[in-house]
Amino acid sequence: MTTARRSWAPIGLLSYPTLMLGVFFLIPFGIMFATSFFERDPIAFYRPAFVFDQYARLATSLFIDHLLFSLYLAVFVSVISIGLAFPFTYLLTRMRLRTQTLWLVFVLSVLSLSEVIVGFSWSMLLSRTAGLSNVLVWLGILEEAVAWAPSFGAVVVGYLYLTLPYTVLILYPPLSRIDPELTEAARTLGASPLRAFFNVVIPSTRTPIIASMILVFVFTLGVFLIPNLLGRPRHWTLSVLITDQAVYQSNPPFAAALAVFLLATSAALILITLWLSRRKRVATT
Amino acid sequence: MIQRSLIILFMTVIAAFLIAPIIIVLGISVNDGRQLYFPPEGFSLHWYQAMATESDWRASIEYSLLIAAVAGLVAVSVALPLAYALWRYGMLYAKILFGFGVTPFMLPPVITALGFMTFWATTGNYGQIENVMIAHGMFLVTLPLMTIALGLESTDRSVVEAARTMGASESTVFRTIILPLIRPYIISGYAFVFVLSLNEYIIAFMVAGFTVETLPIRIFNSLRYGYTPLMAAVAVLFVAIAVVVFGLFARFGNLPRLLGRWEPDK
Repeated sequence: MTTARRSWAPIGLLSYPTLMLGVFFLIPFGIMFATSFFERDPIAFYRPAFVFDQYARLATSLFIDHLLFSLYLAVFVSVISIGLAFPFTYLLTRMRLRTQTLWLVFVLSVLSLSEVIVGFSWSMLLSRTAGLSNVLVWLGILEEAVAWAPSFGAVVVGYLYLTLPYTVLILYPPLSRIDPELTEAARTLGASPLRAFFNVVIPSTRTPIIASMILVFVFTLGVFLIPNLLGRPRHWTLSVLITDQAVYQSNPPFAAALAVFLLATSAALILITLWLSRRKRVATT
Repeated sequence: MIQRSLIILFMTVIAAFLIAPIIIVLGISVNDGRQLYFPPEGFSLHWYQAMATESDWRASIEYSLLIAAVAGLVAVSVALPLAYALWRYGMLYAKILFGFGVTPFMLPPVITALGFMTFWATTGNYGQIENVMIAHGMFLVTLPLMTIALGLESTDRSVVEAARTMGASESTVFRTIILPLIRPYIISGYAFVFVLSLNEYIIAFMVAGFTVETLPIRIFNSLRYGYTPLMAAVAVLFVAIAVVVFGLFARFGNLPRLLGRWEPDK
């Protein structure tokens, strides 16, 4: 009796999650995949078909320009983000637990800020009328106030603002694992704290650094409003292009083909990350 | 000594970078006039009052809060049985489902947004508020999955075995032992979904953006048609909600542990 009930219990437990994930994850992704093979229809948006027209459009310069820009921006931003977040998070994990908690509340609050709000406030901060350049004029560094947005630099700043807290939270678990005795040993042997950081801490965390960089890269690919609010049309990324095609150009099939491409790229990168962290785990045990 | 002051300088610069937009939004929100000025001209709290009196902004606040509250329930209702089944029985199937649950959140959100958009366009249910609730719940289900799995991981399995040996049924074990132990993790999972749903733009926009204007959508739309300090006041409200929620985590729970800080066994 007990064994019978035991074998049925997991099925009962999992039936509802299976239903929800099946209907609201697998089916939508499946429909999107199917849509990418449809034909565009000026009146009804699309017509069921099985053609590769949309994928053929991926070879056009419209797409390739935005793709190259997205990749360039993502690499650029994730490298700076890791460069800033790594020392920051390392220092954070060495602080008293109470101070850490306060910082984490702050970082989490910043992370949860809507992209709309981030874009809006940075467009203010970088504007001519209400922005930071007025402070520089007041300090006598600048002749007159200037508008820093829209520009590539503004886009990068907006991206960094979104990725920095994310990177900190990704790096937090692996960095809190570093044994303090490791750096202490290096210090006892005469290394300066800075040398201990570069020669001991960084080499021992190479895998989490690479894994984090990939995750930040994928996260960056998903940012949508910053190029809209702080950049010019040539700063549009794939995410912006997908939304534009789906909503404003009424071309869901092409948007779907773009999304499938983005999905494949991100999924491949995430699988590499998982593989890296698994290999690490096997190596340490 | 120099090293120490360099560290303090570095941390201060990062803190200043992260807090600058919040300060400017705070400054703009207390402007007296209609223009956006920083530093503010005159001091007034009437933009905060306007959140409640201007009916379209109020409607957006209500939409957003309602969506966030229901999305949290959707996410937890899927995450709890799934995480529990995985912990209790450790089947491959549960592992695969868990993987499905974690996937959307790791991918660029525009993919999920487009998936749901084509889904509801196909079923002919485009533009309903339920769409946003379900889409947010399923997109953010990762968060309660993670927090609940973490809570279960720190639960002692021998307690469950002891209760089973004494004749407690599976459901009694769950109700009287597991649930009280993991309750804080369920609540924090819910709260994560709530806060992130409030701030989410792209999915809400693509599944119902033209009929259900959530707050981020309304802010974005008014950015195009004319700025008002009202949107800054709304932004401040959002920041305040996030700080309060995460502050409560920190006060009543172990936030560093929840975020993956490794603690050696005592």
